[in-house]
Amino acid sequence: MKKYIPPIFLGMGLLLLWQLIAMLIDAPYILPSPIEIVYEIIELRTALFTVHLPSTMYVTFVGLSISVVLGLTLAVLMDVFPSVHRTVYPIVIASQTIPTTAIAPLFVLWFGYTAWSKILVTVLMTFFPITISVFDGFKSSKREMEELLMTYGASKKDIFIKLKIPTALPSFFSSIKMAIPLSVIGAAIAEWLGAQSGLGYFSKRMMTQLNGPGVFAPIVILSIAAMLAVALVSIIENKAIKWRKEI
Amino acid sequence: MLSFNNVSFTYPGDIGPIMENLSFSVAQGDFISIIGASGCGKSTIFRLINGLEKPEKGSITIDDTPIEKLHNYSSFMPQKDLLFPWHSVRKNVCLPMELARIPKSERKSRCLDVLKNAGLTDYADKMPHELSGGMRQRVSFARTLLAGADMLLLDEPFSALDYLTKINMQEWLLQQWEHYNKSILFITHDVEEAIFLSKTIFVIRSVPFRSMDEISVPLPYPRRREDLATQPIIELREKLFESLRKERVK
Repeated sequence: MKKYIPPIFLGMGLLLLWQLIAMLIDAPYILPSPIEIVYEIIELRTALFTVHLPSTMYVTFVGLSISVVLGLTLAVLMDVFPSVHRTVYPIVIASQTIPTTAIAPLFVLWFGYTAWSKILVTVLMTFFPITISVFDGFKSSKREMEELLMTYGASKKDIFIKLKIPTALPSFFSSIKMAIPLSVIGAAIAEWLGAQSGLGYFSKRMMTQLNGPGVFAPIVILSIAAMLAVALVSIIENKAIKWRKEI
Repeated sequence: MLSFNNVSFTYPGDIGPIMENLSFSVAQGDFISIIGASGCGKSTIFRLINGLEKPEKGSITIDDTPIEKLHNYSSFMPQKDLLFPWHSVRKNVCLPMELARIPKSERKSRCLDVLKNAGLTDYADKMPHELSGGMRQRVSFARTLLAGADMLLLDEPFSALDYLTKINMQEWLLQQWEHYNKSILFITHDVEEAIFLSKTIFVIRSVPFRSMDEISVPLPYPRRREDLATQPIIELREKLFESLRKERVK
């Protein structure tokens, strides 16, 4: 617990500074103070927590799940078949050069204001770190361990299950922890560009009303949600991987 | 039991072969050490036996059957223990049996037996990172035994251990060998270790090599440390040192 004390102090300090500057400027539509944001969250809690948060979480969750399945499948295929690696890898990289904010309106054209346009943006942003990390995880298994298994008569499948999957497990968890904030950002951007509900959409609506605290309120909720999700994954990771200190 | 018949081998990308027309044989129950300078091809012999490399010419047979037609004739123990960090000691030593699809109940009883003989019973549920270097090598050896073959290929298993642990492990290894009646091929660059452990020492003198000098160690089993201080053994040691040093100079 002790290691959390410095960041907590720093965070408090920054919040205090923010509060002071906001009070000095005294124009909430330009820079709302943290206290005003908290009040706004409490005031708008029904809309924020029953409509918009669930909507964004749904997009994030579905998008992330699709990314995990897609990323793992691609990573496995690229590891097992070198030809797939040669063919797919450059395209995966190229997909990351597409500016997401530029292409998201196109998804809105295709899918309308449904969840799918947002899910697609989320997937586009998150499948990449998962694919690459897990693929690198497979590749990082030791050649000599693979040979040892071969001397025991292990098949390719045995080697994959007994060696490659456990080796890649830490990379898999890291990639999920990277993908969670990205998926929240992706969902929020997509909502900003075209939606009827969601925290990104809510933030944009408050913007048009020049409601400073209202713009920040959903953003605060989003980051708290992302932090909680990352913390949850870390807990699962520590339960699943007890050997990491050795590698 | 094992025999190499005119085996030649070149590593892909190398200019010349590392071994040419090599022939030798090993009898059941032997303890043979192979010594030679680094990079002379000691480990290549093991890679050829366990099928990780194929001979360019010649054949390797066990009781006159080519090894290509055999399964599970040799168990390899690498220099590093290569224990799987995510498995307990018990699961690590059972891994070869699991891969050989041996039924669970049999796995369990054989594993218990070997762990007991290796003095590892109390460590069965420990994870590898909780063990010392010597203990990890014992686990690695137990795993090699449980791979079930009659011939064990041990590649410098004690080279990374401190001197006292090493001596301890050598004595322990001889007990294990006598208990299980396996044939052991043992790679080392430690002359004293080779003399203490083996019935016969194979010396690789040059690269590429066509033959190995076979030197019998004139000591009965069970062996004692003190035996190493007797005159014939000291002479033998000097002779081996000399031949290895010459190779170095070349």
